[in-house]
Amino acid sequence: MTPPDTPPESVHEVKAALDARAGDALAKQKRQAALRIGIALVAFIALIVVVNALTAGDFFTAGNLTNVLRQITYNAILAVGQTFVIITAGIDLSVGSLIQLTGVVMAQFANASGLGGPVLVIATTIVGIAVGCCAGLVNALPVVRLNLPPFITTLAMMLMARGLAFKLSHGQPVPLKSDAFDALGTQYALHDLLAPFGVPGIPWAVLVMLTVVIVFAVVLTRTRFGRYVLALGGNEEAARLAGINVRLVKTFVYVISGGCAALAGMLLMARFSSGSPQTGVGSELQSIAAVVVGGTSLMGGRGSVVASFFGALLIGVLNNVMNLLNIESYTQDIVLGAVILLAVMTEEIRKRVFAR
Amino acid sequence: MAAITKSFPGVRALDGVSFEVTAGEVHALVGENGAGKSTLMKILAGAYTADSGTIEIDGQRVSIDGPKAAERLGIGMIYQEFNLVPDLGVIENIVLGIEPTRGLFLDAQAATERATAVLVELGITLPLDRLARRLSVAQQQLTEIAKALVRHARLIVMDEPTAALTDRETDALFALIAKLKATGVAFVYISHRLEELPRIADRITVIRDGRAIETRPASAMPPDDVIRLMVGRALEAHFPELPSVAPDAPLRLIVRDLRAARNVNGVSFEVRAGEIVGLAGLVGAGRTEIVRAIAGADVATGGQIAVDGKPVAVRSPHAAIEAGIALITEDRKAQGLVLGMTVRENTTLAHLAAYSRGPFINRAAEVGVTNHEIAELQIRTPSSEQIVKNLSGGNQQKVVLAKWLTGDAHVFLFDEPTRGVDVGAKAEIYMLMLQLLARGAAIVMVSSELPEVLGMSHRILVVRDGKIAAEFSRADATPAAVIAVAAGVVAA
Repeated sequence: MTPPDTPPESVHEVKAALDARAGDALAKQKRQAALRIGIALVAFIALIVVVNALTAGDFFTAGNLTNVLRQITYNAILAVGQTFVIITAGIDLSVGSLIQLTGVVMAQFANASGLGGPVLVIATTIVGIAVGCCAGLVNALPVVRLNLPPFITTLAMMLMARGLAFKLSHGQPVPLKSDAFDALGTQYALHDLLAPFGVPGIPWAVLVMLTVVIVFAVVLTRTRFGRYVLALGGNEEAARLAGINVRLVKTFVYVISGGCAALAGMLLMARFSSGSPQTGVGSELQSIAAVVVGGTSLMGGRGSVVASFFGALLIGVLNNVMNLLNIESYTQDIVLGAVILLAVMTEEIRKRVFAR
Repeated sequence: MAAITKSFPGVRALDGVSFEVTAGEVHALVGENGAGKSTLMKILAGAYTADSGTIEIDGQRVSIDGPKAAERLGIGMIYQEFNLVPDLGVIENIVLGIEPTRGLFLDAQAATERATAVLVELGITLPLDRLARRLSVAQQQLTEIAKALVRHARLIVMDEPTAALTDRETDALFALIAKLKATGVAFVYISHRLEELPRIADRITVIRDGRAIETRPASAMPPDDVIRLMVGRALEAHFPELPSVAPDAPLRLIVRDLRAARNVNGVSFEVRAGEIVGLAGLVGAGRTEIVRAIAGADVATGGQIAVDGKPVAVRSPHAAIEAGIALITEDRKAQGLVLGMTVRENTTLAHLAAYSRGPFINRAAEVGVTNHEIAELQIRTPSSEQIVKNLSGGNQQKVVLAKWLTGDAHVFLFDEPTRGVDVGAKAEIYMLMLQLLARGAAIVMVSSELPEVLGMSHRILVVRDGKIAAEFSRADATPAAVIAVAAGVVAA
């Protein structure tokens, strides 16, 4: 039994020792993280060497790598929002349709607004994100108020948004009249800096994606909101009793996902100079695949934005390599499915081994 | 059953219990919460296996290694929480798992015949095609009994069968039991309602601390004797000395006519600074619901709560925390902790704003306060970065306490604060309560361990049916008196 009043000195001593040890623990975590990144890098380089040999050098060219990054932009941005939703043990099936809907709405708005230049881009993006966020709000309300499963509410949104996109556009792509979006769609940042090295620069869309990934990685790991998302995913009742407004936090999560879908819709519209009700079909499953390959648990409580980005990257590289190898698209689907299964199984086995 | 022993990590739940039931007998088992009744019952049901001891049925030594085995041996279990499938009808529930079939297909005709045969034999009527979820409690119970009899049960174990029944339903149940007795069915009857035992039981066995204390014919065991045998131990001396409460100490918490949807029916009491008020009562009496309503965990439907004389509207846990109320819940794994998070993340969860700059968390501040609490509460963990899932029960409980100590709460509601923790950690938790008192906190403690309530409270409120049935000062409270009120043997 503890003496009733432990002398304060000893408490301070213990705390000092703990503080010192906390430094050690953090340093150890950093070392382990560095080791993991190192291993991943080595594996990645080895993969590139192999892939490069297979594709007779076509893979590791500036042009192709830029292409890969550009291709994963949309899926990576969707995966960021999806990561937040999945951490709360939810799912967002509506993001693919929201790309369609926001693309059409933004193109129609841009054509009707009479604005031009950067002002048009910003105004259109704001409109699109507002639509996406509203859709996210509609997804969230029945979930937090009536405890409906997110699978159902977002499935309903998927159908409604898709139908609305087709209705608004009469099933036809809406070509952009202005060329203000061309920079985002096709042009490169840092062109002058990188041109001497034979690199065309970094596509603007890729910069947008990297910004989104970094901002939301910080939100998830460094802010109170991010901690609350993880806590309510881990144990919603404990989070509620700790005074966290779980309904509000959950609502925001779906709003973020809707907003990310709108951003992806904007970049796709810029890429093709038109808002099409056809683009984005099925991309909700791609984004879920990226999140899962990144190691986020569908049971909630754990997850990482950066890992989801790498999940999207891995899927993008696979697609690209298979294209370069002229593998037909049916076979590509089979391989992709197998890779997703393998990635999740490896993660589970790794966890069990470490748990011992 | 002979010399049954069952241990769980850290506790010996049953310590050589022996008892027997003869055909056509109702044998009542009584004991305090945690005395070992449920464990014994689960061994009979095959949910647990005994560490040692033997079970004989009709002179044959048997081993019950699973629920199926228990069923085969003719043992029927009727738990307090029924095991019916809510979305199946009465007949489907009765034949669940033993559905008659014709070829590959279910034979609804045969199922109906079997179910009705039993119901006719029992002389009861049930709405056969109604879903179980739409049945009344009494009807669900009858369905359970029919379910046991369809499986040819010769021994039926009932846990608190009358807890949710009206008087008339209870009468009907007793009549049914009498009828089945006449056909040779034996009953093990577990109940807290001591006053009904003389009516229904043939023999009574009192269980205490995992031992069968005494068995007597019911006629020779009046309720007073039962109570004496149930509690019959001196208060253990491991409780610290409680400092006395100054008579003019301010009223920290005032609760007036509190009502909530579940089992809180007009509760009023107050707690002074430096005082511990213990809530005693049976499981299901409404103790947990009372503290949950005060903490905003459940929505109160009426009444007032005031902290330090200021009325507070606790519409949410957040509002309660703002008002300085901390609830340490009974089920730390389900309600108290995010098990997959670290000690640090759990410690700061309820007051994260205090360790943040704007929206950003200040991790150094978090580590600092967590390490302070680890040292203060002597939490045994390698560091603040340990995942709480990997800590022992007692240390997990201390992390829950750390979470509430980091804030500025001064009303602490402890619900079963020492459940599932070892003796050493218990003592540390008591010490911590004393430290909170010294800081001027007010404490409400719910505990099913009678010695704990009596040893660690200045005043004891006995809760029954969601109301305060009686109040005892520390000096007046005897185990027998408290149990008598809690079990409804004497009116308050």
